[in-house]
Amino acid sequence: MFTTRLIHAHEKKVLALAALILFIAIAVPASNLLLDPGNPLHVPSHVVPLFGKYLCYALLALALDLVWGYCGILSLGHGAFFALGGYAMGMYLMRQIGARGTYANPILPDFMVFLNWKELPWYWTGFDSFPFAALMVLLVPGALAFVFGWLAFRSRVTGVYLSIITQAMTYALLLAFFRNEMGFGGNNGLTDFKDIIGFNIQAPETRATLFAITGIVLAFVLLLSSAIVQSKYGKVLIGVRDAESRTRFLGYRVENMKLFIFTFSAMIAGVAGALYVPQVGIINPGEFAPANSIEVVIWTAVGGRGTLIGPIIGAVLVNFGKSIFTAAFPEFWLFALGALFVATTLFLPKGIVGTIQQGFASRRDYKAADEAEKGRTVSTRDPVAVQPQAAE
Amino acid sequence: MDQKITNSLLYLDGVSVSFDGFKALNSLSFVVAPGELRAIIGPNGAGKTTMMDIITGKTRPDTGTVYFDGQIDLTKKDEADIAQLGIGRKFQKPTVFESHTVWDNIELALNRKRGVFATLFYTLTPADKARIEEILETVRMTARKDHLAGSLSHGQKQWLEIGMLLAQEPKLLLVDEPVAGMTDAETSETAILLKEIAKTRSVVVVEHDMGFIRDLGVKVTCLAEGSVLAEGSIDFVSNDPKVIENYLGR
Repeated sequence: MFTTRLIHAHEKKVLALAALILFIAIAVPASNLLLDPGNPLHVPSHVVPLFGKYLCYALLALALDLVWGYCGILSLGHGAFFALGGYAMGMYLMRQIGARGTYANPILPDFMVFLNWKELPWYWTGFDSFPFAALMVLLVPGALAFVFGWLAFRSRVTGVYLSIITQAMTYALLLAFFRNEMGFGGNNGLTDFKDIIGFNIQAPETRATLFAITGIVLAFVLLLSSAIVQSKYGKVLIGVRDAESRTRFLGYRVENMKLFIFTFSAMIAGVAGALYVPQVGIINPGEFAPANSIEVVIWTAVGGRGTLIGPIIGAVLVNFGKSIFTAAFPEFWLFALGALFVATTLFLPKGIVGTIQQGFASRRDYKAADEAEKGRTVSTRDPVAVQPQAAE
Repeated sequence: MDQKITNSLLYLDGVSVSFDGFKALNSLSFVVAPGELRAIIGPNGAGKTTMMDIITGKTRPDTGTVYFDGQIDLTKKDEADIAQLGIGRKFQKPTVFESHTVWDNIELALNRKRGVFATLFYTLTPADKARIEEILETVRMTARKDHLAGSLSHGQKQWLEIGMLLAQEPKLLLVDEPVAGMTDAETSETAILLKEIAKTRSVVVVEHDMGFIRDLGVKVTCLAEGSVLAEGSIDFVSNDPKVIENYLGR
C-alpha cells in the first residue's frame, strides 16, 4: 500500500515541478519583456540567458538520471552528447552568418577562410537548413550512443569499467575537436552567431523566446521520462539496476533494455546542448572536457538520483551556487564543488529529494507503528503490518 | 540414444567444463523426463551450481551436449533465449527486485512479450491481473502484494522468487537450495509447494537438507567431483557406500 502511495505522491511531485517549470518558462520572459525595468518584478535581460543555461543543465541532468538513476549506468561521458547536440546547432548558426563574417565569404565560416579552405567539407552540407540541423541534434548523439552502447552492453561491460570508457569517449572527442583539420573551428569552436531562423540572436525577444522554449522542452521531457519510468519498461530498468542477472534469467534482453534508454538519454542531452548554444553564444571543445561530465554527475547526486525531479533541482541549485561563488571567490569553486560532492556522499547519499522522500516515508511508518502500539487500528494504510501471516 | 533425447525434457551427455584447470564438471550425463521432480545432492564443489549455469546458458561447456525438449541445443543459446524457451531458475541466494513491490516482481516475471517496446506500452489486462493474483495466492503473498520485496524476510523472498518462476510458466524449473535459511515449518511448506508445482512441469531441486529431500520423496541424483555418483530412491542413494564416503559420511 505505501509504495503505491509513494509512487502516486512521486507522480504528483513530477506534475507539480512540470507545472512550476512551465510557469517559469512563461513568467520570466513575460516579466523581462513586458515589465518596466524599474519594476521590482522585472527580470533583467542579462539574467534571462543565465537562467536559460541552468534549464539546459537541468535537462542534461535529467537525461543522466534516466541512465544512472534508473538503469544503474554511471555515464561519465554525457557531456559529449550535450556538446555534439551543441555543435550541430552551432553549425546551423554558423551557416546563418553568411556574408556578414569578417571575411565576408557567403559560404565558408570565417575559420575556414582563415585556414585557406576552398570549399565546405561534406559533413557541413545541409546545416544551412534548420530542420536538418534539428534532426542532427537528435541523430548524431543518438547514433554515437547507439553504436557505443551496442558494443559495450553486448560485451557486458558494466560498472566502473563502463564509466571509464564513457570518460575516455568524451576525452577522445575533446582531443579530436581541438584539431583545426576536423573542420569544427578547432580550439576557438563556433561563435559570433547572428541569426536563428531569421531572428537576431542578441535581441531580448529572441532570448526570451529561447528561454520559454527551453522551459517547455524541459517540462515535456520531464513528463515523458516520468511516463517511461512508470511503465513496465521502467520497472525492468530498475530490475536491471538492482539485479541484472535475475532480469536476464527472466528472459529480458538486458543489452537491448540498456541500449534504448542510453540512446534516448543521449538524444535528450543533445537537445539540451542545442538549446544551450544559442543562449550562451558559443560552443567550443571545452564542452567535451571530462570534468564537465563529472559535474553533471554531481548535480544529479546532489538533487537525488532516481527521482527525476531531484537532478533538475540539483542542476539549478549547484549552478546558481556556482554563478555566485565564482564571482566572489573564483579560485575556490572546484574545492567547493568537491566538498559538496563529498558532503552529499557522506550525509545525503540519496540526495536532497531522495532524503526528503525517505523522511516522509519513515515518519509515516513511525506513526503507523506508534498507533499499532497503542492498540488502535492502523487505518487502511497497512493492515498486514500487525497481522502475522501464514507464510511466516 | 536418439530415442532417449526426444523422450526427455532435459538431456545432458558427457558435459565437461573446467575453470583454470579445475574440472568443475567431468563428463556429466543426466536426464530429466517431462513432469519429473528430481532432487540433486552432493558435497560442496560437486558441480551442482555449475550444472545449472550450463543449462541456463550462463556458462558454455567445453565438451558435451545439452538438449532441451528433445531437439533444442542449449549450448548455442544465451540466458534470455533459454528463459524464453521455458527454463526458470531460482538462485541459491534469493534474488528478487528489492525496490519493487511483491506485485511488480510477479508482473515483471509474467510470461509476456519482453521487448523494449512491448514493455514500454504494456498495460495490465484483466487476464494478467487474475494470473498475478492466482500466483500470489499459490505462494501465499496476497496480503503482502504492496510491500517492497526488500522488506520481506529471507523465507518470504524465497517464496516470492518461486512465485516469479511460476509466473514465467517454465517447462523446467531449476531450484537451487530453496530451503536454505528456512525454519522447519517453512521447509515442509516448501516441499508441499514444490510437489504441487511439479504436477504441471519438471522441477530439478538442488538441496543439502536430507529431511527436505525425504519429504519430497523423489528420485535422487548424487553428484561428486563433477559427475554422477549414484542415482535412485533416497534410501538407495543414502545406503550407497560411495555416497556415504563422499558426502553423507563427512
